[in-house]
Amino acid sequence: MTTTLTKPDARTAGPRRVRGPRSARAGGQLHAGPVAYVVLALFTVGSLFPLVWTAIAASRDNNRLAQTPPPFWFGSNLAHNLSVAWSDADLGKAFLNTTVVAGVSAGTIVLLSTVAGFAFAKLRFRGRGALMLLVIGTMMVPPQLSIIPLYMMVAKLDWTDQLQAVILPSLVSAFGVFFMRQYLIQALPDEIVEAARVDGASSWRVVWHVVFPTARPAMAVLGMLMFVQAWNDFLWPFLVLTQTGNPTVQVALAGLGRGYTPDQSLIMAGALLGTLPLLLVFALFGKQIVGGIMQGAVKG
Amino acid sequence: MATRHDTAAPPAKEGGAAPARPAGAASDSAALRRRARQSRRWRRDVRLSPYAFVSPFFLLFLAFGLFPLIYTAWASLHTVELTAPTDMHWAGLRNYTRLLDDDFFWNAARNTLTIGIISTVPQLLMAMGLAHILNYRLRASTFYRVVMLAPYATSIAAASLVFALLFGRDYGVINWVLHLVGGGRIDWQGDTWPSQIAVSSIIIWRWTGYNALIYLAAMQAVPQELYESAALDGASRWRQFLHVTLPQLRPTILFTTVVSTIGASQVFGEPLLFDANKGASGGAEHQFQTLGLYLYEQGWVNQHLGRASAIAWMMFLILIVIGIVNHVISRRLRAS
Repeated sequence: MTTTLTKPDARTAGPRRVRGPRSARAGGQLHAGPVAYVVLALFTVGSLFPLVWTAIAASRDNNRLAQTPPPFWFGSNLAHNLSVAWSDADLGKAFLNTTVVAGVSAGTIVLLSTVAGFAFAKLRFRGRGALMLLVIGTMMVPPQLSIIPLYMMVAKLDWTDQLQAVILPSLVSAFGVFFMRQYLIQALPDEIVEAARVDGASSWRVVWHVVFPTARPAMAVLGMLMFVQAWNDFLWPFLVLTQTGNPTVQVALAGLGRGYTPDQSLIMAGALLGTLPLLLVFALFGKQIVGGIMQGAVKG
Repeated sequence: MATRHDTAAPPAKEGGAAPARPAGAASDSAALRRRARQSRRWRRDVRLSPYAFVSPFFLLFLAFGLFPLIYTAWASLHTVELTAPTDMHWAGLRNYTRLLDDDFFWNAARNTLTIGIISTVPQLLMAMGLAHILNYRLRASTFYRVVMLAPYATSIAAASLVFALLFGRDYGVINWVLHLVGGGRIDWQGDTWPSQIAVSSIIIWRWTGYNALIYLAAMQAVPQELYESAALDGASRWRQFLHVTLPQLRPTILFTTVVSTIGASQVFGEPLLFDANKGASGGAEHQFQTLGLYLYEQGWVNQHLGRASAIAWMMFLILIVIGIVNHVISRRLRAS
């Protein structure tokens, strides 16, 4: 790798001289050597092995998992374990619940964050700087500091085991506001907002006809990130959805793990079922999600 | 961000856009009045709509963030039972003084610190290395990035259950591999350091790829000219990394450190589910009980919500202290 020192010069003399400020390849001008590919292969195996092994364990039975060496190839018990885990952990209902929670939460966060992010990015108002600092400050507060009063509220309203108890506190995301602000600062030219203003458009019309169309890619990415976060959220749902009967996927999985004589292959089948939907989403939209995370990160 | 006296600018434009007709007909004056009304409404819209746009966020934050934060402090000064959360008895600072004398609290604080260090430091170092490699021109680069993100898509619950099995003492894959290479059998659940390493590995596994993407994004934003001039000066790749990449990434490194520190201070699900039978105690000897888990044990197992509130505020205070130390150190570094 040390011999490649001259390469950047040779390359910049080439046709790629004119670069965008953040084109995908800026900085990555050197071809990777074999060492890089070996390291990447190791990380790939490390990232994927626990997931693949989950599927392997889910395809065996509990006895086989209590033997050495551990299994490294699929058995024949997958369908059986999946169906038992599905009914034992009430996963059908859990999927429905989690989809509702994550959908409402992500949708609301995206709408509120886009509008608030637009105001912070493009509108001038008294106290803007201070309020933005407050938004960033709220990202620093751990959720543990709010769960006790929230739990009291839920108990008082008799909302234990009801989805609104999970949904309501999840509707607000400081990260979302920050993310949309960062995107709109650079994606939405001031002139367009001003032109719409001069034409007499009200602020809501500007949001509807200018901001939403411009922000759509970022809204999609934020929606996916927030959906993942709500789908995987554990602490709060675990506290308020205590009684069995109305769990989210994560609560159902925790319940599966706490059986008195835990059947490991069933637990793995549950873990597999609970993870598959998001893995599917990542397989389909991975490129967009990666792009979104990187985009949100640059100004971080 | 500094501009404030801005409401003055748009109305001027509006005045220009609505030239008054000199004719004195009644219909014209009605139109003028309408114009004036519209203009007023327009001005009010410009002045107030930003607040309307940010208010839903702040209202929700008030209800579900700030109010609970303060109310937790209030509750921490009371004796409150989980079974009767509205029945509060004033206790002064007793919850706090009890905590300071509580071995389990200090044990949990120590565990949170060690698990925080074992999980954050290797995670960010590996993420940096990984980002550096991903920043080369690679075949199938998108594939690697998506693969690195697969653990991030896996929930804490699922990951913890799987890792508990992988780290099994008798039949776990990891001990089997260790046995193959001649190592002894490690009790990953029962012993202090192994269990903390195992719990940390769940966190490392889930977050390394995500942080690598954040570093990668920052690396790609480094101006190419800096590398070119460094190369002209004869700097090796390693020196370029040290003297160009790292300084340019400093804000990002700070950001990820802060986020990871906050995350590490709240670790809850991983130790809870890593030994599911022990539950909230974090192992038979509390050997991997974190503050988040201890809070849960006090509040929901022992049903002392007042004490749990005190733990929550202690966590917050510790975070603030760490934040201040972090700030001082990074300022020192910048100065030197």
